[in-house]
Amino acid sequence: MSEALEKIMPNVMADPERFWDSVLATLEMTAWSGCIMFVLGLFFGVILTVTRDGGILKQRAVHQILDKLVNLFRSIPFVIFIAILLPVTKAIMGTKIGVRGVIVPLVAASVFFFARQVETALAGVDPGLIEAAESMGKSPINIIFTVYLHESVAALSRGTTITLINLIGLTAMAGYVGAGGLGDYAITWGYNYGHTDVIWVSVLAIVVIVTVIQCIGGLIAKKATH
Amino acid sequence: MIEIKNVSKVFKGEKSDVHAVSNVSLTIRDGEIFGIIGFSGAGKSTLVRCINLLERPTSGEVLIDGQDITKISARELRSARKKIGMIFQHFNLMPSRNVFDNVAYALKGSGKSKNEIREKVRELLKTVEMADKETAYPSQLSGGQKQRVAIARALANDPKILLCDESTSALDPQTTKQILNLLKKLNQVLGITTVVITHEMAVVKELCDRVAVMDHGKVIEQGETFSVFANPKEPLTKAFIATTSNLKKIHELIAENSPAIALKPGEIIAKLSYTERSVSEPLISTISQKFGIVLNVIFADIDFIQGSPIGGTVGIFSGEREKITQAIQYLIEKNVFVEVIKDERSA
Repeated sequence: MSEALEKIMPNVMADPERFWDSVLATLEMTAWSGCIMFVLGLFFGVILTVTRDGGILKQRAVHQILDKLVNLFRSIPFVIFIAILLPVTKAIMGTKIGVRGVIVPLVAASVFFFARQVETALAGVDPGLIEAAESMGKSPINIIFTVYLHESVAALSRGTTITLINLIGLTAMAGYVGAGGLGDYAITWGYNYGHTDVIWVSVLAIVVIVTVIQCIGGLIAKKATH
Repeated sequence: MIEIKNVSKVFKGEKSDVHAVSNVSLTIRDGEIFGIIGFSGAGKSTLVRCINLLERPTSGEVLIDGQDITKISARELRSARKKIGMIFQHFNLMPSRNVFDNVAYALKGSGKSKNEIREKVRELLKTVEMADKETAYPSQLSGGQKQRVAIARALANDPKILLCDESTSALDPQTTKQILNLLKKLNQVLGITTVVITHEMAVVKELCDRVAVMDHGKVIEQGETFSVFANPKEPLTKAFIATTSNLKKIHELIAENSPAIALKPGEIIAKLSYTERSVSEPLISTISQKFGIVLNVIFADIDFIQGSPIGGTVGIFSGEREKITQAIQYLIEKNVFVEVIKDERSA
């Protein structure tokens, strides 16, 4: 078994530790930034939804400002985020490098995209349901949780899947701040040395991670649809 | 009692403002079924939403048992809304919750324990004859079943008022009838004040004690359903009533000169309309015996509203000129409205 693997991918097997560390780093970056992104993005997406014209907590100014901010941040490329957020990263995480150093820019680069996904998901909730809940004397906060979020679990799950998969793409650039990960592994140990097998194994590992996320997302969406 | 006083609702538009409701005043008594009829865009849905403030009136007052709900705090409004149930054209059940949870949703936060909620929900589902569908999801129900669940949900907090916004418009005629019967039963058993918005006169005829006709944001006519049907004043009201009657067909027949209504000399076609609640005599056989005339009935459309017959008959009268005149006189004395449509009694 081991001999066969060594034959197919000699450069990976030369230092398997390095491969597993990279997988772990990718998962770690995705998990941490994914969780933070999820909470913040949900928050911003809900705010965007309820403060718009005709929303249950209509706040024109808040909506306008947040809407513009989301557009602004969404147009900044990730590499630039890493650079301009260096002081912020340092202040929050205490370091500018490693997995901890890349979480802040990862969150910044994905959270507003996710906020838009949340906004779209919530827009799919039948306004009649909101009206019905209001007619039952439910408060706006209650309606956010029991109607908007509760009734859009499937759509939110699909939006989360898309965003997480994007996030994995972004982690490939984490090598810039020495955070490692599969992208960094494929470039530094694979491409730079002409180790084709390393590149292919990295791609395969990412495909597996993406597939797992896609499956879980699909499963949740399916379970939530009646 | 619901008192709507000088209520207006203006929607600010890009080009011009839309006056959805203009200066409407209505009083809806405790325990009655009050209908508001109008074509779409007449402002009736906006008006009914002013009763639970889903739409806040631009001006005017909405008094529920004497309390102006436009002036109370958001928290007070929420507790007031619990006492005003509402059902909708498209039912608005939560697709991710089953029948039980949809009804239980209305009871969440009411201070009831889990057991109390379970008991209450079961009781409500029994009332609307949906007890066996507790675990079904809305997508597995027919329109009529969905509306029954929606009614159970609307009744969850024992409201004193039930608002029905086009609640049968998405249903087939037979299901409509069942839902109307259910609403009638609830009104009788629970004494719940019911406000019904509809564009179908048949619904008003079937269900309502009193009715208001709305057009372009205004109430153009209102009164007891029977009187409105018997003596409609506005052309729009007449048009709505005509949709529930086939008597108007006589005018089509005359227009196309149908042989069915070809008159011999000396005959007349007349429409007899019953406009009082007292029609119980066999008028047609009485006049044919009493005055020795022949009355050939072409159309008859008699219905019962609030327990009294209403409608009319179109018939060909033939006989002696003098006798026909006497017969008509007799009918008029009996409070029948007589309209001679075609007269072949050449002088």
